[in-house]
Amino acid sequence: MKLNRPDQAGRFGAFGGSFAPETLMPALGGLESAFTDAWADDTFHAQLEHLLATFVGRPTPVYHAERMSRRLGIDLWLKREDLAHTGAHKINNTVAQGLLTKRMGKPRVIAETGAGQHGVATATACALLGLECAVYMGEKDIERQALNVYRMRLLGAEVIPVSTGAGTLKDAVSAALRDWVASVETTHYIIGSVVGPHPFPWMVREFQKVIGEELRTQLDGSPGHPAPQTIVAPVGGGSNAMGVFYPYAGDPDVDLVGVEAAGLGISSGKHGASLGHGSPGVLHGAMTYMLQDDFGQVLEAHSISAGLDYPGVGPEHSYFKDEELVRYESVTDDEAVEAFHLLCRLEGIIPALESSHALAWIIRESVALQDRTVVLNLSGRGDKDVQQIAAMYD
Amino acid sequence: MFATARSENRAVLLPYLTAGIPNPRDSVELFVAMSDAGADGFEVGIPYADPLMDGPIIMEAGEQALASGVTVDVALDIASQVASRTGKPVVMMTYVNPVLRMGVGTFFDKVNNAGACGVILADLPVDEAAPFLAEAVQRGMGLALFAAPTTDAARLEAVVAADPAFVYAIAEVGVTGEREKASANVEGLASRIRDRSDVPIVFGVGISTPDHAAKAAKVGDGVIVGTAIVRRVLEADTTRAATAELSKAVKELAAAVRRPST
Repeated sequence: MKLNRPDQAGRFGAFGGSFAPETLMPALGGLESAFTDAWADDTFHAQLEHLLATFVGRPTPVYHAERMSRRLGIDLWLKREDLAHTGAHKINNTVAQGLLTKRMGKPRVIAETGAGQHGVATATACALLGLECAVYMGEKDIERQALNVYRMRLLGAEVIPVSTGAGTLKDAVSAALRDWVASVETTHYIIGSVVGPHPFPWMVREFQKVIGEELRTQLDGSPGHPAPQTIVAPVGGGSNAMGVFYPYAGDPDVDLVGVEAAGLGISSGKHGASLGHGSPGVLHGAMTYMLQDDFGQVLEAHSISAGLDYPGVGPEHSYFKDEELVRYESVTDDEAVEAFHLLCRLEGIIPALESSHALAWIIRESVALQDRTVVLNLSGRGDKDVQQIAAMYD
Repeated sequence: MFATARSENRAVLLPYLTAGIPNPRDSVELFVAMSDAGADGFEVGIPYADPLMDGPIIMEAGEQALASGVTVDVALDIASQVASRTGKPVVMMTYVNPVLRMGVGTFFDKVNNAGACGVILADLPVDEAAPFLAEAVQRGMGLALFAAPTTDAARLEAVVAADPAFVYAIAEVGVTGEREKASANVEGLASRIRDRSDVPIVFGVGISTPDHAAKAAKVGDGVIVGTAIVRRVLEADTTRAATAELSKAVKELAAAVRRPST
């Protein structure tokens, strides 16, 4: 069975595993046991479901984007993860990992953030659960996501600037992992995506698959609720995409499309399309498609969207790519910005730049998608991006 | 190397230096100076862009080396010169990805041809080590596996059972870097390994001073000093000054790994 993954070694086919310093390995083993135990415990599920319903605001609605549908000639629906508390799907994972942190008896949490959405969601879960919180964020991202930096501080988190490398998401993950190597006995690392060493890709997928499970009940093929024929989601590390895809993976009636950042254009070399234009290697503890040079050195990614500005991707996406369970495409910065504006004006929804990438692919392919029922996983709201967009028109 | 040192009632001193600093040409001279000052062998670092196990000093050295064009092949060329000029054992240290990119078998061939005898991969735990160990063993070379203060009994059993060339015993929980105090972990970690095996134990991470080295040498077969060496090179204004600093430091460390007769 293709989806009965990962195996005991944390592998999704050839991908995944745990390439981590030995100092962390016992904690990863401990985390795997704690998660396995919690995930089989009705009390944990009850606690989580209560918080998802009353604190996060789940289930998030599915919205029929009628004006956009008419414009594009397709039947477009939006899975409104932007309406989850803190404005993105990230909170699904952080509340769950926060509960797990409490269960493991660790008082401190660290996290990395790119766009700041995961940082805000982690800071929020920590405030809710009374955990100490430090968030690593690249200096370049601190600059382009000032609003989220302030939100994290309001929520009581310490934001630690990372100046190594390009000062973006990759560097923030590395800095968080370095902190964890030193603090592992008292600290849990709430990783923000389906990346990292085993058991993170598996655990985060389990915490995010609620998106696709809800969608299955919301668009169940009954009158007025047409079953999706194509589901489109943006892919940076890939947690929102994995969350919506996983319950549909292998379903012959649904096309799954992940949209990566083509940045300034694939041929410019300045992009974040690890699946489309990278090669397998080890990044942040897992075997996965990544951007690297001929010598195995990690390359810098580029995207206008901080959340897609990452040279790797979750290992299960690499597996899905090779098994052809999901198609991975890419759109440029410019296409994403154009889609951003269109959704604002036609639907009264300001989308995150990450989500705008998935919408841009739908717009580009609208002729081929004619008359199909298409679901866009609207992974986050775009308030955080407004300043950046405004600066483009100064 | 370890057997001789045991018979002489001492541990071996293995200084670490990133290949290619302060520049590829002078890099070899620094190793030769450390050899003359009493180092028993060397850990030669192949720079990697995203070193998860390293603190700011070794990261900085790696960035400098990469910027000056130190690829795996350049680093191996430096290692080869170090091996032939000093006649002492050389162990290559890097991360998994450059090795995978080159091909594990090709990498070990090249390391072998360079005259280096072993490999340390900082992000390769025993769980993922089998294919790498097989390539090393096939060529009669050594691959180190790790034990950390956090390593539990079951993992320690697996490490020992994999029969590594030596156990890299991580003295401090955390990334590489200098520490004020001597590690409180070395005795406990050494005895937990010794209870299971006679495999050589080499301590590294956080061993910065002769006093730290002496304490680790008391219970281990070898001591790696990295950041304290690399920092001296980064801080020196000239290669000549770096050479002098390293000679002095290695002389003191080499004296410290000799156990006082009791």
